[in-house]
Amino acid sequence: MSILFTIDSVTAGYEEKVVLHDVSMAVEENDFIGIIGPNGGGKTTLLKVILGLLKPLSGRIDYSPGDLRLNQIGYMPQVAQGDTLFPVTVEDVVLSGMMHDRGAMGRMGRTEKKRAAEVMDELGLRPLAHQALNELSGGQLQRVYLARAVSGSPRLLLLDEPATFVDASFEADFYEKLKLLNNRMTIMMVSHDVGTISAWVKSFACVSGKVFYHPHSKITDEDLRMYGCPIQLVTHGDVPHVVLHKHD
Amino acid sequence: MENLFEYSFVLRSLLGALFASITAGLAGTYIVSRRLVFLSGGVTHASFGGIGLGYYLGINPVVGAAVFGLGSAIGMEYMSARGKMREDSAIGILWALGMAVGIIFIYLTPGYAPNLMSYLFGSILTVTDGDLIALGIISVVLIVYTAVFYRTLLYISFDENYARTFTRHVDLFRYVSVGLTGLAIVLNIRMAGVIMIIALLTIPANIVMLFTRRYLRIIVLSTVVSFFGISAGFVISWFTNLPTGATIVAVLVLFWLVARGARSLIRSSNIEKLKKTTI
Repeated sequence: MSILFTIDSVTAGYEEKVVLHDVSMAVEENDFIGIIGPNGGGKTTLLKVILGLLKPLSGRIDYSPGDLRLNQIGYMPQVAQGDTLFPVTVEDVVLSGMMHDRGAMGRMGRTEKKRAAEVMDELGLRPLAHQALNELSGGQLQRVYLARAVSGSPRLLLLDEPATFVDASFEADFYEKLKLLNNRMTIMMVSHDVGTISAWVKSFACVSGKVFYHPHSKITDEDLRMYGCPIQLVTHGDVPHVVLHKHD
Repeated sequence: MENLFEYSFVLRSLLGALFASITAGLAGTYIVSRRLVFLSGGVTHASFGGIGLGYYLGINPVVGAAVFGLGSAIGMEYMSARGKMREDSAIGILWALGMAVGIIFIYLTPGYAPNLMSYLFGSILTVTDGDLIALGIISVVLIVYTAVFYRTLLYISFDENYARTFTRHVDLFRYVSVGLTGLAIVLNIRMAGVIMIIALLTIPANIVMLFTRRYLRIIVLSTVVSFFGISAGFVISWFTNLPTGATIVAVLVLFWLVARGARSLIRSSNIEKLKKTTI
């Protein structure tokens, strides 16, 4: 496996508080990393640093090992607060994923619309192309935001709690789609639900001020204790998972 | 001579209606979809302070209003972006302060007491050539700005956080958009009035949004709806001698009620069709 990019001694945070302390990690191409950790541990901050939205206080992200460019990163932010009453169609949202190389005067022509149609086909959104967002179910909305994140054909896909507000019945279907996408892109996904995602991810990164990379999809209480990752493990009966205990 | 006066009055009214419609279509769609209706109310009322100051200093009141409008629009956007203060409280304070400043300065202005009512409720009779030219310029600027940066503006309005991943100029676009919107609002004050202008910005866009959720269509169709509403308002106010702004609002609300009725008719007929096809 080759390295896509590395995080080199990154310290990052906001005016009031430093969240990530001297974090280093190498991300391999085609990995599917579940990012877990306590609230305020720096999971979203880590994604923002990788995206270039937040400048590290010290250290840097080195994109050169895999020749990764910022416009090759797809991003699906936490969508809970998205304004679904905003007058915009599914197609428009999917097209916005292709703004990265277009500049502020970007136009969306036939090529872009064709690409958007392909992505919508792949994610089962094509019949909804001209619907407004407020007419969609939670699961459909989630797929729209995923489509936006992948329509620019990224090499790295960053997802921030993609399943938070979605009915559990949609979850397996959603992760199935991610698994297919993982064939052509590296994925890093923040989640609270370690039990569920352990069936889909290839590895874990525990973020709690520091980052500990765990190169397997099986993770135990002992691992978490060793990493100093105080999280509550959640398990679901209908999804394959390792037996996990509640952390004390 | 009288004919000529009437001719220029009609032309003036038509031009005024056209420019006001364009600003209502472009700025109104932006305001309604970004949920800035209350903020626009704040900007309009804050700019009344500029009108009062203009009178007191003996300069064009619209210039004073433009300065106050632009300043308050950008100031409120800044405060809400920084999250340092509750936005609705900030708007409420600025709203009242603007009105108070305006009234104090007009009270202090010696001699001639300006026709306050025309600023509060609007009147096409007080619109000057300078006002029309300024409205024309802001209309053209708004059209060009929206056309050139259409996708960027749409996506920043829809999801600012995501937009930051593809442009570094999100804040710049926000301030320019809000600034232009503030100016457009203020320049419509003489015609539509401080109190009524909020209707011009919200009702047409809301009428169109009953039928479509496509941003570009909303802009175009709300411009058309505004033009008909304003023109009808002019005609009715001319013949009945009612204040122009108030008449326009009444007409637009009537349009809105009819549109709502039409939509529920369309919905129920669609449901009937569905029932028939499923049987």
